[in-house]
Amino acid sequence: MREWADFELVEGESGPVLRVSGPLTVAGIAPLDTRLRELDDIAAIDIAGITAIDTVGAWTVWRSATRMDAQVTGASDKATRLIEAVKAAENTAAITPPRSRLMERVPEAVGIKVSEMLVGMKDMVGFLGTTIVAFGALIRHPRRFPILALIRQIELVGVSSLGIIGLMSFLIGIVVAQQGAVQLQQFGAEIYTINLTGRLTLRELGVLMTAIMVAGRSGSAFAAQIGTMKLTEEVDAMRTIGVSPIERLVVPRILAAVLMMPLLGFYSAVIAIIGGAFIANFALDIPFWTFLSRTREVVPMTDLYVGLVKAPVFGLIVAMSGCYQGMQVSGNAEEVGLRTTLAVVQAIFMVIVLDAFFAVFFTEIGWA
Amino acid sequence: MGSERAEELIERAESEAQSTPPEFTGEYPIVVEGITNQFGPQVVHDDLSLKVKRGEILGVVGGSGTGKSVLMRSIIGLQIPSEGSIEVLGQSITDAEEDEDIDIRSRWGVLFQGGALFSTLTVAENVEVPLRQFYPELSDALRQEIARYKVRLSGLPEEATSKYPSELSGGMKKRAGLARALALDPELLFLDEPTAGLDPIGAAAFDRLTRELADTLGLTVFLITHDLDTLHAICDRVAVLADKKVIAVGTIPELLALDHPWIQEYFNGPRGRAAEATHTRSMSGTMDKDNKGGA
Repeated sequence: MREWADFELVEGESGPVLRVSGPLTVAGIAPLDTRLRELDDIAAIDIAGITAIDTVGAWTVWRSATRMDAQVTGASDKATRLIEAVKAAENTAAITPPRSRLMERVPEAVGIKVSEMLVGMKDMVGFLGTTIVAFGALIRHPRRFPILALIRQIELVGVSSLGIIGLMSFLIGIVVAQQGAVQLQQFGAEIYTINLTGRLTLRELGVLMTAIMVAGRSGSAFAAQIGTMKLTEEVDAMRTIGVSPIERLVVPRILAAVLMMPLLGFYSAVIAIIGGAFIANFALDIPFWTFLSRTREVVPMTDLYVGLVKAPVFGLIVAMSGCYQGMQVSGNAEEVGLRTTLAVVQAIFMVIVLDAFFAVFFTEIGWA
Repeated sequence: MGSERAEELIERAESEAQSTPPEFTGEYPIVVEGITNQFGPQVVHDDLSLKVKRGEILGVVGGSGTGKSVLMRSIIGLQIPSEGSIEVLGQSITDAEEDEDIDIRSRWGVLFQGGALFSTLTVAENVEVPLRQFYPELSDALRQEIARYKVRLSGLPEEATSKYPSELSGGMKKRAGLARALALDPELLFLDEPTAGLDPIGAAAFDRLTRELADTLGLTVFLITHDLDTLHAICDRVAVLADKKVIAVGTIPELLALDHPWIQEYFNGPRGRAAEATHTRSMSGTMDKDNKGGA
């Protein structure tokens, strides 16, 4: 059972007197406070009958007394002390910074977004430039090259993602072969399932899906790692010691992604073809080895080149946007999350846009 | 109208099954008995005992890594010791079920080392968080008023009320953390190195504020510190942590009478002497002046 503060009104010499009883504390004051706010014209507040008081009670008494120009009577030593303390602490400031009206806020937000996008594009090109300069400096001073960091990143981006990328590619190979076969069977052309699976995975899907996976796995990690390092001032500390954070943090990550993407993309395509052969063996009566040897005949070498040319570019984009967003973090922990999301979304979007350009480009130069 | 609304509030609050906490009348609001804390092979506390008296400011000192913060975390239930018992305000922390634990949580306030403010909320909103959590029946208007005066009570200027933690200096963050710790008018206040990283003027002001609040609000304060000036200026007693135990508790003269090498070096080193000298000087100089705190 909870005790609540209560009051009664009695007629005094100079007007109505409010006689308060019960605990005048944060735990018991809520109903009393609500009722007090609706009263006016009280000559005095008598708090002799209260059982306890804290600053919240003192505040409520003082506020009501001031508002109604009433006397406070019957205050114990403690109550007087508390009332003095809260009186000195009166504060009329707003709880939150002022917010503008919706009609102003929305266009403002749109404007800020647009201008941020323009600035962001410029900054990102600048970031690419800085990275290239840092890379050049490392070539001139090979001793400074962060080889251990590079190996560590290669492990994180490449080796440790083999399992998940392999599983994903295997399943995609199965889906492409199986669904392709269903359609091609209508023309009695299910043998072309091999062309479909082989060419599609080597040219497009292997690299594209790998880029998306790397963006989710490593791009986000880059942004979060570097972002947290910015928050804890580690990046500033590096700069102060004379170590370039671009050389030490960004270059190994970008290089690792650029080097690993072609390998992962090729690996992904190979596993997808194996997945296709696997399902063809059971569902289409095309023997496993026949599927593989036929793949060698129907897939032109240029398909492999297309995949291998695109892969490092995608790796660059994924690592760049991860590192760039990480370096943009400032302020609070929320920003790290925001920038990480942005890094992944930006990377995947740009990879897909660029993939469309590549598709047209390679067809035009005859690698169809 | 008003009374209807009030009835409704009471009903809502009582459906939350909270009850008015019984006032603690014992002599020792914090009783730590024989606790052992261990992280892997590293033993931090071994059979450590400590009692904190009601209404006192207890300073806790010890070298780095002697487990001062771990002791505080154990007392407030963030770190469960592997052995021993802890009682706070008459309730056992070490035996308590999670839910039972919560109703003492509203009776203490904690200031963490870095302030530990919620970075996405303004200072006043930070103060509102415990009020919303424990007393949802408070009206918005009253809750905001409380948040506002607590901000000032902790010695922050009015402008700080609507600022975000990232816009505050280190000292202001500590004061904002103190405002949040005081949000529920707690009986117990835990301060983890409140003056670390503050300039001497700010640190002295913070000390005065702590003393003043403890006296005005009748708080019991558990204060971890490295600051010798704080110990001399505001602590009633000092507990010394060393060798995985509390090796001594007492006033500074009492501690000095002990012949322990660490205590002697701590209080009689050059910094200890300087702090003592300052304290003696200021005591004789400002005896009759009232000790008004300020920002």
